[in-house]
Amino acid sequence: MQADREFLLKLAQHGPSELTPDELRQTELLRKIQITKPLVMVNSSTSGIVAGSMRTWEAIEQYAVDRSIDLDLAETGSIGLSSEDPVVSVQLPGRTRIFFSRITAEKVPSLLDDLFHQVVPEHNVIGQLQREGQESWKDVRSLDDIPYFALQDRIVMESCGIIDPFSFEEYVAGGGFTAFLKTIRSYTFSEVCELVSESGLRGRSGGGFSAGEKWKAAFRTPSDQKFLVCNAEESDPGAFMDRTLMEGNPFQLLEGISIAAYAIGSNRAYIYIRSEYKDAIRRINSAIKNLREMGLLGDNILDSGYNLQISLRKGPGAFVCGEETALIASLEGRRGMPSSKPPYPSTSGYLGRPTVVNNVETLSNLPGIIRFGPDWFRGIGTEDCPGTKIFSISGRLPMAGLVEVPMGTSFDTIVNKIMGGVGRGRELKALHVGGPSGCMVPVEQMDVAVTYENLKEKGLIMGSGGIVVMDDQSCVVNTVRYFMEYLHKQSCGKCIPCREGTRRMAEILGSFTRKPADEEDRTTLESFKGLMRLETLAEVMKDTSLCGLGQNAPNPVVSTLKYFRNEYEEHIFDRRCPSNSCTELRSWFIDVDLCTGCSICAKRCPSEAIIGAARHPYFIVQEKCIGCGICYEVCKFTAVYYK
Amino acid sequence: MVDDTARIDEILGRFPQIKRNALIPLLQAVQDEFGYISEEAISSIGSHLSLPTSKVYGLATFYNQFSFSPRGFYHVVLCNGTSCHMSGAGELLSEICKLLDINDGETTRDGLFSLEVQSCIGACGQSSVMEVNGEYHSGISVKEVREIINQYREDAGR
Repeated sequence: MQADREFLLKLAQHGPSELTPDELRQTELLRKIQITKPLVMVNSSTSGIVAGSMRTWEAIEQYAVDRSIDLDLAETGSIGLSSEDPVVSVQLPGRTRIFFSRITAEKVPSLLDDLFHQVVPEHNVIGQLQREGQESWKDVRSLDDIPYFALQDRIVMESCGIIDPFSFEEYVAGGGFTAFLKTIRSYTFSEVCELVSESGLRGRSGGGFSAGEKWKAAFRTPSDQKFLVCNAEESDPGAFMDRTLMEGNPFQLLEGISIAAYAIGSNRAYIYIRSEYKDAIRRINSAIKNLREMGLLGDNILDSGYNLQISLRKGPGAFVCGEETALIASLEGRRGMPSSKPPYPSTSGYLGRPTVVNNVETLSNLPGIIRFGPDWFRGIGTEDCPGTKIFSISGRLPMAGLVEVPMGTSFDTIVNKIMGGVGRGRELKALHVGGPSGCMVPVEQMDVAVTYENLKEKGLIMGSGGIVVMDDQSCVVNTVRYFMEYLHKQSCGKCIPCREGTRRMAEILGSFTRKPADEEDRTTLESFKGLMRLETLAEVMKDTSLCGLGQNAPNPVVSTLKYFRNEYEEHIFDRRCPSNSCTELRSWFIDVDLCTGCSICAKRCPSEAIIGAARHPYFIVQEKCIGCGICYEVCKFTAVYYK
Repeated sequence: MVDDTARIDEILGRFPQIKRNALIPLLQAVQDEFGYISEEAISSIGSHLSLPTSKVYGLATFYNQFSFSPRGFYHVVLCNGTSCHMSGAGELLSEICKLLDINDGETTRDGLFSLEVQSCIGACGQSSVMEVNGEYHSGISVKEVREIINQYREDAGR
């Protein structure tokens, strides 16, 4: 490592233009463009591990031992296609790398057998990665020819799933840390702020506030100590872009943090990360250790006189800690409760000192901006919103994963063209954008160009960029109820509109998804009144809540009342869920042809709603049925069904 | 019990600075070591940091990460993120609650199972996801959940 240090720093300093041919060859070896022995890379990020990549890893190790083949086995991050995990890529010397999907442990021997005999298997092939100086495989499509990759513009995610997140050398050989060295050697603090301001980079965590302006405010405030905090709390369930960035390319984030900390003149940076992100924590810790060894962190970095320490803080888990003042409170060892702004954290934050809070995606954009300049960045996306945005797409569609597109791309392109839309025979109903306090986007609004302003105009928000796809089998009311219950649990309880409002909303929505159990329970009229009250409640919460959580909490209710009112009405008046997802609203029937009259359902029915005589088909009295579904579970002849 | 006290003291020794911002890392260290936070731990942490026990307990209950009852032999983590919810995590949850006769955050009386519902495990492409002692089960249905739980019961010989 120490012997390489001079070479790596030279690389970061000058870039490939001033290298000798011998050094160029070494760079290509580090970048894994030229390799000496077969290379197998396994996606060991969270989604890979859940899909079984650790067993795949062991199977590959075993394979190499059994066949006594000398191969390099390396970890990598997710390439973005999380539904295709475990993704394995294989590269033979001189050839391009091929990516394979769903390689579980039992598929390993046949896959590697084929490849070592220069045969590409027919199944599970995603495509090959074309890089210069490599011979490509015949009859294997290039990654760039696949709609999923072709329509994306990957700047931040460029190396995710391709490089080894534990290899500092590979990151530097690919141009890493040139931006940081340029920053500390050629720019003053305020010049970096100005540069990022010029680039028009806006915070990617939802608000869309200009990053440069935020920095300037912190830079201008005189203080003995300033802090930079990287918000890696990503508490939105169903969003995984920050996690993937940290697991796929931790050095890029650390370089971004170093640049941002330098710009505001801070010597202390914290990464506030969710404690559940064990794999991301492992990678970042290893990366910080690497940087310390290389002298890129610590005191007097590369004789520039600039000191920087980065430490990791594990967030104990609270949705509200995504809000910057709550996050700072949590860092200080208090309950994660937001406080009123102003004073903004950029003038008085952690321990009363100027603090800048930026999220992972924002910071990961910085190395590129410094390296290629603000004009390059302005050339991507729209005029008001330059750059790209990463969206995580999951829910009711066959493919799930991350998509990085220029700002201003339409939802239609993201979901239908890139991700291939919903499954065959299904119909797209809506997109839920921006996490629990996000908005439901109906199919009619799918062609809106996604920028902060455009969405705001339509009464929608981008939030973190999580998109959950809903098809005709998902119920709008039930999903909104789920969000509201989640928000109610996550409300910090400081201000009343949010604490009580989310609770009442969850209760009202819950009453729509249940049948009245007895006369005293909510009648149709009561439910209807509840529907009317939802709108008033939403307005009050929006106007009077302290922080973004409470102000945005009514978003799913407001947007669905606007676009999916008929679905609410069907739940209230007909006591029917059009997509059959509200289990308690299902109507149960017994198939006369299948029922043998064994009477077990009648005996188990808690409301005595099933009548009949033994050895003759039974019958469910709809007025008595409470929809618990026990008859369905106990029936051995699958005679019970619902509609 | 004596053993526990020694272990808690060892953890406290790792945080010599008496500062408020050491509170959360301290609680996390205790949680990692024991799997839960005992009354004893809370009062020791309180006296170590010169904070009232009520403040420590108040803070610990605010966050999702901390639990206050010992974990079962099998710790079941069910993901109830948006994607998993749409794939039926709600039904899975009620099935597990029914099977084990416990709620979220509780442990069965025989100490075999404990249940934790997490807001997102982070594998939205493989929903619904359940984790038991570090072993992942993805794309599971209600029927499979029953089989998985019964399998663990059998493995433990109960």
